[in-house]
Amino acid sequence: MTDLLDPPVQLPPADEVVHGHDHDEHHGPTGILKWLTPTDHKIIGLSYTVTSVIMLIIGGIFAEIIRAQLATPNGTLVSLAQYNELFTMHGSVMIYLFAGPFAFGALANIMVPIQIGAPDMAYPRLNALSYWLYLTGAITMLSGFFTAGGAANFGWVAYAPLSNSVNTPGTGADLWIGGLLLTGFSAIFTGVNLCATIFYLRAPGMTMFRMPIFTWNMLVTAILILLAFPVLTAGLIMLYCDRHFGTHIFSVQGGGVPVLWQHIFWFWGHPEVYILALPFFGMATEILAVFSRKPVFGYKGMVFATLTIAALSLGVWAHHMFTTGVVLLPFFSIMSLLIAVPTGIKIFNWIGTMWRGEIWFSTAMLMAIGFVVTFLIGGLTGIYLASPPLDFFTHDTYFVVAHFHSVVMALVLAAMGGLYYWGPKITGYMLNERIGKLQFWFLFIGTQVFTFPQYALGLDGMPRRIAVYPHDPQWKWLNDWSTFGAILIGISTIFFIVNVAVSWKKYPAGDNPWDAQTLEWFTTSPPPHHNFYRLPPIRSERPTWDYNHPEHRSVAHGAEHAVVHESEPAS
Amino acid sequence: MQTPALPPQGATVRARRWRRVRRFVALPLAALALSGCTLPSFGAYPGATSGSKSVFHLWQWFSVGAVVIGGFVCLLILYAVLRYRRKGDNIPKQSQYHIPLELTYTIVPILIVFGLFAATLVVENKETSNPPTKVTINVNAFQWGWKFTYPGTNAFVYGQTTQEPEMVMPVGENVHFNLTSSDVLHGFYVKAFNFSRYALPGVRNEFTFYAENTGTYFGQCTQLCGLYHALMWFRVKVVTQSQYAAWLKTFNNPADEAAAKAAAKTTYEQTSAIVPAKGSTTKFGR
Repeated sequence: MTDLLDPPVQLPPADEVVHGHDHDEHHGPTGILKWLTPTDHKIIGLSYTVTSVIMLIIGGIFAEIIRAQLATPNGTLVSLAQYNELFTMHGSVMIYLFAGPFAFGALANIMVPIQIGAPDMAYPRLNALSYWLYLTGAITMLSGFFTAGGAANFGWVAYAPLSNSVNTPGTGADLWIGGLLLTGFSAIFTGVNLCATIFYLRAPGMTMFRMPIFTWNMLVTAILILLAFPVLTAGLIMLYCDRHFGTHIFSVQGGGVPVLWQHIFWFWGHPEVYILALPFFGMATEILAVFSRKPVFGYKGMVFATLTIAALSLGVWAHHMFTTGVVLLPFFSIMSLLIAVPTGIKIFNWIGTMWRGEIWFSTAMLMAIGFVVTFLIGGLTGIYLASPPLDFFTHDTYFVVAHFHSVVMALVLAAMGGLYYWGPKITGYMLNERIGKLQFWFLFIGTQVFTFPQYALGLDGMPRRIAVYPHDPQWKWLNDWSTFGAILIGISTIFFIVNVAVSWKKYPAGDNPWDAQTLEWFTTSPPPHHNFYRLPPIRSERPTWDYNHPEHRSVAHGAEHAVVHESEPAS
Repeated sequence: MQTPALPPQGATVRARRWRRVRRFVALPLAALALSGCTLPSFGAYPGATSGSKSVFHLWQWFSVGAVVIGGFVCLLILYAVLRYRRKGDNIPKQSQYHIPLELTYTIVPILIVFGLFAATLVVENKETSNPPTKVTINVNAFQWGWKFTYPGTNAFVYGQTTQEPEMVMPVGENVHFNLTSSDVLHGFYVKAFNFSRYALPGVRNEFTFYAENTGTYFGQCTQLCGLYHALMWFRVKVVTQSQYAAWLKTFNNPADEAAAKAAAKTTYEQTSAIVPAKGSTTKFGR
């Protein structure tokens, strides 16, 4: 399908063709073997995509059960014990098995090599190992439900000493630890792979400051993974030793320190927040630029903001521990507040990208705008929580629950935007836009209806992780609204599944259906085995745009000429 | 294509724009600043202790900032979305950098952040200070209840889950609290005091309340602590100082004395960690 917006295709100069001359025909395994033995990053990435979206649905079902239980003050849908299992596994599935793997296993795995003009990830077999570790980890963690004692039930943060063998003796807890260790190693290997790929496999001309923002964010994410995940792995091994080998690292009676677990966990856990967020920031950035028909506003500022967020995120872990009374409050308070600055830069850059653009409200764009608004709400309420006195009275209440659900639902909006934006590139087929827009409105409105009552509930003193609230039946109506929001979100997910079924191989996409900017839109949809038959000249961070619209280069404010000149040497 | 109307002279436009800014932004802001004590509550509770009142005011000013900044950014988004809809196949100007603008939205947030931090420090130092007091109450959390002992007296209050204990404390006086836990983490949270603090095994957390009004307030565990976490309740009854003295006297009999001694003993011993044995014990290589 030829895109009407494209100029007639011209072949690039011969010296720009770097890949693909002998890969026109690829004879790999077919059928089931194609999915069991792949080392192609696109196939592995697709496996990741399908698995992590299934995890999103499983975690979502847990959430719907939780919300149904809370619809009445004395809910009897599940028992107190089952409720503890449900919110533990809801958090664990969403954080460990959906958000992270979806970002760096699925979309980054597929898109980063193509965005930088590489034929594959640097270590294709390590990439395959990552996926299989992730899949086994997910199955291990979820199999807790089939043990006698049920799944893990100490919250997704597993605070010691509740998580020791005295207070939580079940096998489900051990399976949780094991599953998390496996997915943790999977993340570390993906981090290694992404770093190596981005540092060593960039195409000629693709300098660091010509990488798309998504690739930049994935590089920073990968570095954060390498800094944070080994700490979690070490902590989990300590926890397992405490449970089974008689050590007393986190138990007072053996001379250990329970708070040490919180330090270890959050030293991983806060960078983890940005490990989850940065990839989705990147996706939204790309989408906003493409559908505004403009370059990313403040590209370099965006990169430095990402680096600043990553650096600060390593020094803020104890803001999760303000109410423990054993951490230095002012230090962690100012570090946490300062994160608002680079995050604010990003939000203004996103608005600057849309400003004076030509905005095309495709589903992907709607999702990205919904992401910015929802993330703005989550970010502003996060500023309260960085102030210790305000954290004292909102900590462990529904205010915190609402805050991080605003943030993670913003990430889900961006993730859906990413699927609508890159889906055509990965599969070669478009999704139905009309169903997509319905999905967006249900998801966006549902998210706000879901979180806003929770802010009010938290301020009215409703603690998190309680299955019943017989003392305060006046919380019912707000909980009901929140449950209604959760139902709207559930319906939006059904729209997505229906959309995939309805659009299955129906609307061929063409190579560049969005008139996009970055390198992945220069190749075919889906890309060939080693991604490119030919490459355009790479003279800025949007080579495909430059190729298609050579007369519309990026310009700086007040400048006469384009930011990057034609005559500038390629790296 | 329609020809755009000839724009008026730059100075006139700027003057008019500034007048509009003054009317729609500056005036309401000034009005808001002048009426400081009549700010809306933004959903929070004014607080029943002196510390919680300061926290409440901090909350109000943070909220003013959040509403102003959030509203401004939302308006920008809304304007961009409505104004710059794609209407044809035009390619807009590919502007990418605007250094003065970018610097502005870097420096202004830094200043705002330091303002918020300064306000935070003032309130935080007030709330976490522990001035010398005459009254001390030891709070011990356990699965799934609370025990309040009053050192130097025979008084103690004990209760678990929905048979919640009712702690008694005097009004108009600094009351010192020592918070401990016998088993896992718990959260000591009284909504009316705008305050929570973890009860940690092996740690004694200390804080001070100065209650300004009498009344009975509800408290609840906020940190997940196992099966009956949702039902780990207590109440705080703030009484006048004479009522408080009279209440302490009701414990002056031999039976209460023996009970109080036993209670005090466990309170101090468990800080050096005795975890009640239950469930399976730790075995090597299970």
